[in-house]
Amino acid sequence: MSEDIIALLKENVIQGRRTKDDEGIDENMAGTPGVLELTQLALEKKISAETIITQALTAGMQVVGDKFTKKEYFIPDMLASAEAVGGAMDILKPYLEASDVATKGKFIIATVKGDIHDIGKNIVSILLKGAGYEVNDLGTDVPTERIVGIVGEYKPDFLGLSALLTTTMVVMGEIIEALKESGLRDKVKVLIGGAAVSDEYAQEIGADAYCVDGFHAVKVLDAFKEEKA
Amino acid sequence: MPREGILVHTPYERMTNEQVLQVHQASIQILNEPGLISFNREATEIFHSNGAEVASVSSSDNPCWLVKIPEELVLHALDSAPKTVKLGARNKDNSLVMNGEEPRVFFVSGSETNIWLDVDFQPYVKKSDPNIEVMVPEFHPRRGTVLDLCQAAHLCEHLETLDAFIRPVNIQDKDITEDNKDVNKFFASLNNTTKHVMAGLTSLKQLDNVVNMAKLIAGGGEELKENPIISFITCLVKSPLQFVEDTTQTLIEICRRGLPIVVSSSPQAGTTAPIKEGGIMAQINAEVLAGVTLSQLVSKGTPVLYGSVPVRARLDNLSDSYGAPESSQYNIDCVQMARFYKLPCYSTAGVCDTKTPGMQTSVERLFSDILVTLSGPQYLHCAYGLLDGNSTFCLLQAVLDDAHFQMIKFFLRPPRVSQAEIDDTLKQIREVVATPQKLYIRYIRPMLRSGQLSMPYPFEGDGETDNVLALAYERMKQLLSQPVEHIDPATTSRVFQEIPGILSRLNVYEERKEQ
Ligand code: B12
Repeated sequence: MSEDIIALLKENVIQGRRTKDDEGIDENMAGTPGVLELTQLALEKKISAETIITQALTAGMQVVGDKFTKKEYFIPDMLASAEAVGGAMDILKPYLEASDVATKGKFIIATVKGDIHDIGKNIVSILLKGAGYEVNDLGTDVPTERIVGIVGEYKPDFLGLSALLTTTMVVMGEIIEALKESGLRDKVKVLIGGAAVSDEYAQEIGADAYCVDGFHAVKVLDAFKEEKA
Repeated sequence: MPREGILVHTPYERMTNEQVLQVHQASIQILNEPGLISFNREATEIFHSNGAEVASVSSSDNPCWLVKIPEELVLHALDSAPKTVKLGARNKDNSLVMNGEEPRVFFVSGSETNIWLDVDFQPYVKKSDPNIEVMVPEFHPRRGTVLDLCQAAHLCEHLETLDAFIRPVNIQDKDITEDNKDVNKFFASLNNTTKHVMAGLTSLKQLDNVVNMAKLIAGGGEELKENPIISFITCLVKSPLQFVEDTTQTLIEICRRGLPIVVSSSPQAGTTAPIKEGGIMAQINAEVLAGVTLSQLVSKGTPVLYGSVPVRARLDNLSDSYGAPESSQYNIDCVQMARFYKLPCYSTAGVCDTKTPGMQTSVERLFSDILVTLSGPQYLHCAYGLLDGNSTFCLLQAVLDDAHFQMIKFFLRPPRVSQAEIDDTLKQIREVVATPQKLYIRYIRPMLRSGQLSMPYPFEGDGETDNVLALAYERMKQLLSQPVEHIDPATTSRVFQEIPGILSRLNVYEERKEQ
């Protein structure tokens, strides 16, 4: 029985069905429970949060990623699955906190002061959440002091900064300087992204990584984790 | 169910109604004064016995007559010519139904070129860095053969947008003569595509052999009438205003056999027609009307298409310039005239001036392909694979053209605005605006695999490389590896027994036995 639920959950992740109202790819699934309902059901059946995450959610996302690489899936498919997994993670959060199972890590993301571009940043948020990270999105045009304050208070493992303008990318360097001044720089890995920035720029301002897109970000974060382990 | 083609909801037209009437009036005047010179005795007699004024204008060794066609003959013919013409096909799902008033476009290959362009890809090494190697297409022109024609028909069978087949290559094998060319070109085409086959006739002596072959393949005389798997193009009028002796006779004989026919004229603005738009329009329209009139006088109700291949002269060598924007203007004007007469229109697009596939080719082709399609001709001879005016055919180019037509067809889908759609999307807007991310991406999904969204250009390279030709070449090979449904063995053997002159190498069943 519990295997059935896990298999169904995984299949629904692959189908990108968050709730029973979502259309997946397979029309036969219309109206049947989606990822959120099945996660709830799994918890009621006393399946552990860890099992749900590793055997259904992450395993499902793995398949989705493979399908994307093979050009069988498009960005909207990836996002639908990631959103579904993100929703499941919200449900699982209290259970994770109660047990000692950790999420993959806390991730703060923001578009820097002076910049209102957020499409890319939002996509990154959805994908990271779907990949199992606990994401806190501060929004756009976020003042440097606020970012530094939250890093100090919330102690994330990662800080993601987005800037699309050549005039606002310099703010990223200022944030890194401010983190140093507050003694926080070595407590958090800083990732940057957006049309204006590059690998070279990341090195120049002393960021830990530059990411071309959200998928790249997931790989970079996983690599960080392996480094640590 | 016949093929769908693509309906142009609001066809693009250049001329006002007043201008259309002016062209019509001018054509009627031309038919009466100066009239046409006829080199064909029988056509002259037919016109004469129906009230046209005829006068001999020549010496006895090259007899010809001046025929003045009165307006009412033309109007009668326009009345009796069918407004709906059906072109059948071996596979009935591939038949075309064309209505002169409905701008539903069908895309067609053609026409006969002498040169077949082979393509292969060779590695080229960079001089300053021999580690860098690229694949470059090389083009090798040669004379077309009957087996090339088989291959062209085979590929065209699998090109999704291609609705009917006009042979794109002239068969020039040593054993092809005037006496067996027609049966071989029709058989090679019919045996390798299940779509409609249209062609011109090389020798009138072959007409009955061709028609009898078509009867065998269609399943009988009545069946052929009901499902005309073949039809003919005749350029009976040579511009300016001359009924040619042999093609005019061909038209007369085809009309007597009741098969559909295109009456086409191909004047060149600047040399065989006035360079001004009004002038070439008045003349070509008169030439086509003369042919339509003759077809109806021979046999009332003959299914006939208004055929137009007007072009502008290139001023550096006086050859046809299909790439010139004016050529598209004239074609679009002709489509408008045909619609005015409610006759289905055979129109021309896609022919280009360049000699090999490449950028200029794509620019010239797409330009006329889009514009002429938008005007809504029923039967658009859009020359899949043709290069260098009408001289060269290349399979690779035909594959590229198919991709263009897929885009054009997609573009012409009707606008998706309705109260239900609007209500549905207003709901979406309210939902999305209330989310932190404000993205509509999730709503793409239900449409993603339904064919409602266009896909990227199929020959897009990875990264920054332009790999169009190599990718199209792969596609071409893949299409050629898909089988075609040949004519069945029993019919094939009857065709070979009863129709003289077909080359034994075209018998796919014999060949298989040999292997
Ligand atoms: C859409 C857009 C807008 C929209 C933004 C809507 C929105 N909700 O975000 C609007 C119209 C509002 C806008 C406004 C402006 N824009 Co604008 N805009 C764009 C555009 C066309 C696309 C950006 C986009 O969304 N791309 C799609 C997403 C998916 O890609 P992405 O943002 O790059 O994100 C991906 C990656 O970069 C990466 N990534 C991004 N951030 C992060 C962060 C992290 C941590 C990680 C790991 C990864 C990551 O992952 C993402 C997902 O794959 C770009 C053109 C371009 N080449 O980028 C111009 C562009 C960025 N804009 C430009 C300009 C100039 C402006 C304006 C100043 C125009 C004006 N004069 O008003 C204003 C700026 C206002 C302001 N103060 O910010 C210029 C910037 C030029 C420069 N000097 O740098 C660009 C480059 C256009 C151009 N070529 O001129 N813009």
